[in-house]
Amino acid sequence: MIAVDLRHDFGRFALDVRFAAPGGVTALFGPSGAGKSSVVAAMAGLLRPDAGRIVVDGAVLSDRASGAWVAVERRRLGLVFQDARLFPHMTVAGNLRYGLRRAPAGPITWEVVVDLLGLAGLLERRPHSLSGGERQRVAIGRALLSQPRLLLLDEPLASLDAARKAEILPYLLRLKTALALPMIYVTHALEEVFFLADTLVLLEAGRVLACGGVAELSSRGDLPLAVRDDAAAVLDAEIAEHHPARRLSLLRAGGMVLWVPLLTGAPGSHVRVRIPAREIILATEAPRAISLHNVVPGMVRAIHEDAGRHAALVEIDAGGATLLARVTPDAVARLALVVGGPVLALIKSMAVDVRPVA
Amino acid sequence: MLDFLTPDEWDAVALTLGVAARAVLFGLPLAVLTALVLARGRFFGRAGLDALVHLPMVLPPGVVGWLLLLLFGVRGPVGALLRDWFGVRLVFTTTGAALACGVMAFPLMVRAVRLSLEGVDRGLEQAARSLGAGPVDRFFSVTLPLAAPGVVVGAIVGFAACLGEFGAVITFAANIPGQTQTLPLAIYAALQMPNGEAVAARLSLVSIGLALAGLLAADWLGRRLRARVGQ
Repeated sequence: MIAVDLRHDFGRFALDVRFAAPGGVTALFGPSGAGKSSVVAAMAGLLRPDAGRIVVDGAVLSDRASGAWVAVERRRLGLVFQDARLFPHMTVAGNLRYGLRRAPAGPITWEVVVDLLGLAGLLERRPHSLSGGERQRVAIGRALLSQPRLLLLDEPLASLDAARKAEILPYLLRLKTALALPMIYVTHALEEVFFLADTLVLLEAGRVLACGGVAELSSRGDLPLAVRDDAAAVLDAEIAEHHPARRLSLLRAGGMVLWVPLLTGAPGSHVRVRIPAREIILATEAPRAISLHNVVPGMVRAIHEDAGRHAALVEIDAGGATLLARVTPDAVARLALVVGGPVLALIKSMAVDVRPVA
Repeated sequence: MLDFLTPDEWDAVALTLGVAARAVLFGLPLAVLTALVLARGRFFGRAGLDALVHLPMVLPPGVVGWLLLLLFGVRGPVGALLRDWFGVRLVFTTTGAALACGVMAFPLMVRAVRLSLEGVDRGLEQAARSLGAGPVDRFFSVTLPLAAPGVVVGAIVGFAACLGEFGAVITFAANIPGQTQTLPLAIYAALQMPNGEAVAARLSLVSIGLALAGLLAADWLGRRLRARVGQ
């Protein structure tokens, strides 16, 4: 359990942030300058906020009211920076040992970290000979071996190109699955939130716009997420059955079923599904003779105008799951869509992005 | 090779090396501490301390030697304490010569170390901190190793400066063969004697050789250490 309440005046910009996260991976998401890194700095103890209180797993790390303050080196929070910050005068093994030697005995072992992050082949190398992605893996391993009660990742992938990001993300997912370690993950890439996060804290201009489950927040049409090009509904679903002959799998999310290309997970296992808003077609009659698999009946819950894009965002309740569809205002008029009225959401199987969850 | 110099002249060379070594051995840790305070400290009087450290570089060496006499002379405030408590006398002794050399070389050592310390990425110290390293631990495990090129260069440059120090040594420690007569003093003394040119020339050659070796060593070691810390 993580509880953050902090206020700080930077002069040009004031931070006033309050959120609680249940554990798991909490993403701090927002545009540059929203105050994400300042929140991490305050949690790490690198910034002393003007007011507020930070509690991690029952330990009060700072509380301006009572004057409590734990020094950075005694907070036991694993910090991973955007620029890996490996010690250049040590080998990879030396870097990993640095945290381990200074930490109390803990559950995270050398073998587990080396294995999870694929570091075995790098141990004798020096940081300057590593690629950006390798450096970041070592930095994460170093932080893990310091036996932290919480891992703070401050845009760990921001300085990497797309290929390197794709290389690191599966490692982070493995960490999440293998170690029951809460993480605060700062990012401005929605893709990473979808991939990793359980809880989402939306920050803007030093304030919390919303805090809640990733699925819950990404389906809300009134948040800035919905006006992004990559706006998408995120659903937590379960694999219902596989149809190997048709090379399809059936997912169930609430009362909604979705056909997607064949998956590998066992039936009953949980997955996270992302359906981009601009990939959904709306209809009022079921089409026939079409390649489409998913014709999902639902009810229009809200219609948000997006004047800048000459588009409308339609929020649809499909058996308890929320879908977002971005269509033209003209389509809304032609179909005579009204709030509370029925609608069919047509979803290409190939447009559905499915990720395993821990 | 050995008969290139007379035994007396070898004594002067050995004495010079010993004096310089002692000056650097005691001066360098102090220089690192001073450089750290100057590079990192934010306190009232920092500019004053900076100026004080640099004074020996700009003052006539004779003035430094005289000030040392005032301070460390047997009747001086520090000298009297040293004599009463430890029975140590600095004036006219080899240790005194080392002190004079050390004070003259101090600003050079501080400058080299400070430059290097200012180049250390504070982000790495933050990383060390987040991994549980306290201030002293951080300094010895991260800051100092990363500043090592500057510390080594400072030591060698300081050592070389000690080999050549004249004014402060002769003022404070006098020109006593076998005790305070370092190479520059020996060369000066030789030139005062009739037919002393040959002696002066040989000792000068030795001086040139030592200075060159020092500069080359500083360059080589500096490069090696920089490569080691990945710069």
